[in-house]
Amino acid sequence: MSVAEVHPAADEHHGHAEESFWTRYVFSQDHKVIGIQYAITSLFFLLFGFGLMLMMRWQLAYPGKPLAIVPSIGVLGVVWVVFAVLMALDLTLLRKRAKGWALRSILLLAAPVLVVLTLAAAIVNETNAPGGIMLPEFYNQLGAMHGTIMVFLAIVPLAVGAFGNYVVPLQIGAPDMAFPKLNMASYWCYLPGGLVMLASFFVPGGAANSGWTSYPPLSNIATEGQTWWLMGMVLLITSSLLGSVNFITTIFQLRAKGLSFMRLPFFVWTQLVTAFLLLLAFPPLEAAAFMQLMDRVADTSFFMPSGLVVSGEVVDIAGGGSPLLWQHLFWFLAHPEVYVLILPAMGIVAEVIANNTRKPLWGYKAMVYATVFLGFMSFIVWAHHMFLTGMGTTISAFFQTTTMIISVPSVVILTALLMSLWGASIRFNTPMLFALAFLPMFGIGGLTGLPLGLAPSDIHLHDTYYVIGHFHYVVAPGTIFAIFAGIYYWFPKVTGRRMSERLGKLHFWPSLVAINCIFMPMFIQGLAGVSRRLYDGGDQYAHAQPVLEWNEFMSWGAWGLLLAQLPFLFNFFWSIKRGEKVEGNPWQATTLEWAAAPSPPVAHGNFPEVPVVVRGPYEYSPPDADDEYLPQSAAPQAG
Amino acid sequence: MQIPYNEEARPDTGLYNAKLGVWLFLASEVMLFGALFSSLVLLRTGVEYWPHGYEKLNVPLATINTFVLIASSVTMVMAWASLRLNDFKKHRLYLGLTFLCGLGFMVIKAIEYGSKFSHGLYPATDNFYATYFMMTGLHGLHVVGGMVVIAYLLGPGARMWKTEPERFTNRIEVVGLYWHFVDLVWIFLFPILYLL
Repeated sequence: MSVAEVHPAADEHHGHAEESFWTRYVFSQDHKVIGIQYAITSLFFLLFGFGLMLMMRWQLAYPGKPLAIVPSIGVLGVVWVVFAVLMALDLTLLRKRAKGWALRSILLLAAPVLVVLTLAAAIVNETNAPGGIMLPEFYNQLGAMHGTIMVFLAIVPLAVGAFGNYVVPLQIGAPDMAFPKLNMASYWCYLPGGLVMLASFFVPGGAANSGWTSYPPLSNIATEGQTWWLMGMVLLITSSLLGSVNFITTIFQLRAKGLSFMRLPFFVWTQLVTAFLLLLAFPPLEAAAFMQLMDRVADTSFFMPSGLVVSGEVVDIAGGGSPLLWQHLFWFLAHPEVYVLILPAMGIVAEVIANNTRKPLWGYKAMVYATVFLGFMSFIVWAHHMFLTGMGTTISAFFQTTTMIISVPSVVILTALLMSLWGASIRFNTPMLFALAFLPMFGIGGLTGLPLGLAPSDIHLHDTYYVIGHFHYVVAPGTIFAIFAGIYYWFPKVTGRRMSERLGKLHFWPSLVAINCIFMPMFIQGLAGVSRRLYDGGDQYAHAQPVLEWNEFMSWGAWGLLLAQLPFLFNFFWSIKRGEKVEGNPWQATTLEWAAAPSPPVAHGNFPEVPVVVRGPYEYSPPDADDEYLPQSAAPQAG
Repeated sequence: MQIPYNEEARPDTGLYNAKLGVWLFLASEVMLFGALFSSLVLLRTGVEYWPHGYEKLNVPLATINTFVLIASSVTMVMAWASLRLNDFKKHRLYLGLTFLCGLGFMVIKAIEYGSKFSHGLYPATDNFYATYFMMTGLHGLHVVGGMVVIAYLLGPGARMWKTEPERFTNRIEVVGLYWHFVDLVWIFLFPILYLL
């Protein structure tokens, strides 16, 4: 799909006729195009990461059986030929027919699915899965790369790179980001980072296989794929550094006249705090990645203890290093990273809820203070991931305390969002359904985290499926649902057309059911003590037997979740051309991106006139005005 | 389309965009080197024997290098101040001197590295040398990065003085901030690696 289709009005508002295809769509410096680039790339990685998970779920449900869900190369070849023929037919014969776009949409939705299937078929080769039966080493690759891809290549780039890039300058009334060239460079570090990660599947020994946490010494002695992982991470960290500098500068410097900090939409606040987290938490992981690279390439011993025995032999290195050091540096990033995943999601949900309750957010200021406090606290809780490393009681008491404290601002935000619903006449459109589902789903995810933050219960639950259930509730029906809410909500902003409501609901309800079928049983298995890293899903472990039957159930949930995404993919492509055309402000929203800019916004500069802000972000149903809502940018009322 | 506050400072923040940007970048650099210094402390306290820097490393050369870098920071400020005084010739002299100081620093560093390698001392030797090479190497990369930008501002980048003097002065100021930071990192590296 070319960006031109997503952005049909780009030409109409164009002042720079000399721009070539390359500078406009590929090496673009326009935050809107870059946002779309991020969105398309990261949605692809989201699908790919989901594909890796489907393969794992097959193995967990049917250990030792040949992978039936990955088609053979021969079958795929036939499908590709059929696809090409249909595409050619569509482009020639059916082009003029009015209903042609429906077929095109089906083809467009099939394209990414086919690419993912082809990649999967290429990965599931005789080395990784002889006779289609996956080897344990391959399962480890899938696990490590599912986590890495979902966190660093799918969710964060979607939440920050796509939504942040597209929406933040619009919501603050800015013509673009503060540093458009850095913005472009950020995307062009992210994409190679992703390609390096993909390519690592095809190096000898396959992709990284030491978990997304890459704990040494295991990762230090792992196959070549780990080196690729580290190089990919360095690129991704560079990308996020460039992005975060840009976001903070943009929000501080480019706010429209009258847009004081307490008038910022909550989404902008979450992006601001997120950018600070990325800016300050990622460098320690970069340092750690350099050190692990040195360990692997220059034979240093930063993370290698003395006298380490591998395969019965003492490793010939200087030693004296500390595997624990990696864990500290890694979690110093990776705990703030959790809030990088959840804060923009809360921002999206707040926008959608305020808009569809037609009420101001309840406790806006409390939410802002909670967000800032949350960002600060997230830097001093990291070692609660490490209770099992034998830390002393003083240190663990400190981290347990900070962990309990950090749950307070999260609850403040969630409560404020819940209270915002009170007494409202709610519009139940698709974005709102996803936003509403976010609340209990994130609630489950957050509350199940508390026992993990306390050392006594964590020691039992650590590394069990309980942990997997906990953080997937936060990130999957939490953040990803919020991202879907955002896609449905801002789709008309980008394309000038609304996505189909009927298909949206067909996407929402099955997704909600399926995703709970996947993750709820994980709590049951985890409480029973089933480890998260078992290649056979616990088949050979006595204590897993009573809860073993859930494996197949969860896998069926996963297939169901895949099916539930088909209406979304179709809707996405179909609505670009056939969705209901909308005016500038289809949701009757107050914030600047809707109230002051056309849909889609002006190609260079966003706004026809530089907006001036006169009031807070959520002036819905004002008691003392005739209007149903008061846009932030409207001229002050007479008198 | 013009991005606001590219040149002039925004009244309420008192900064132009690039200046805020570079301060944020330096904040992330503090975290990067901070993580490395913390790692050094953790590694050093985690083993029974860790040599003193002055037993293993060349303190006189590093002392000279410290002065070379401090001198380069002074010339960097002068390069910026000359622009504010509208004296472009002096600016070029001082900026050129800054570049030469950077080059001098790297040459001395190369001599140090060379003598270590010739004695068979590599990062793999032990964690003392691993941290030494790691931290001075990363710092050296920062010096080289700064030199590349300075070379650009001495060469093709200098043309901007004719067209947009205010923006050019901002650029020199921003590069200067970065250069002082790199200098400052060395001020920490020198005692911790060489003297303790």
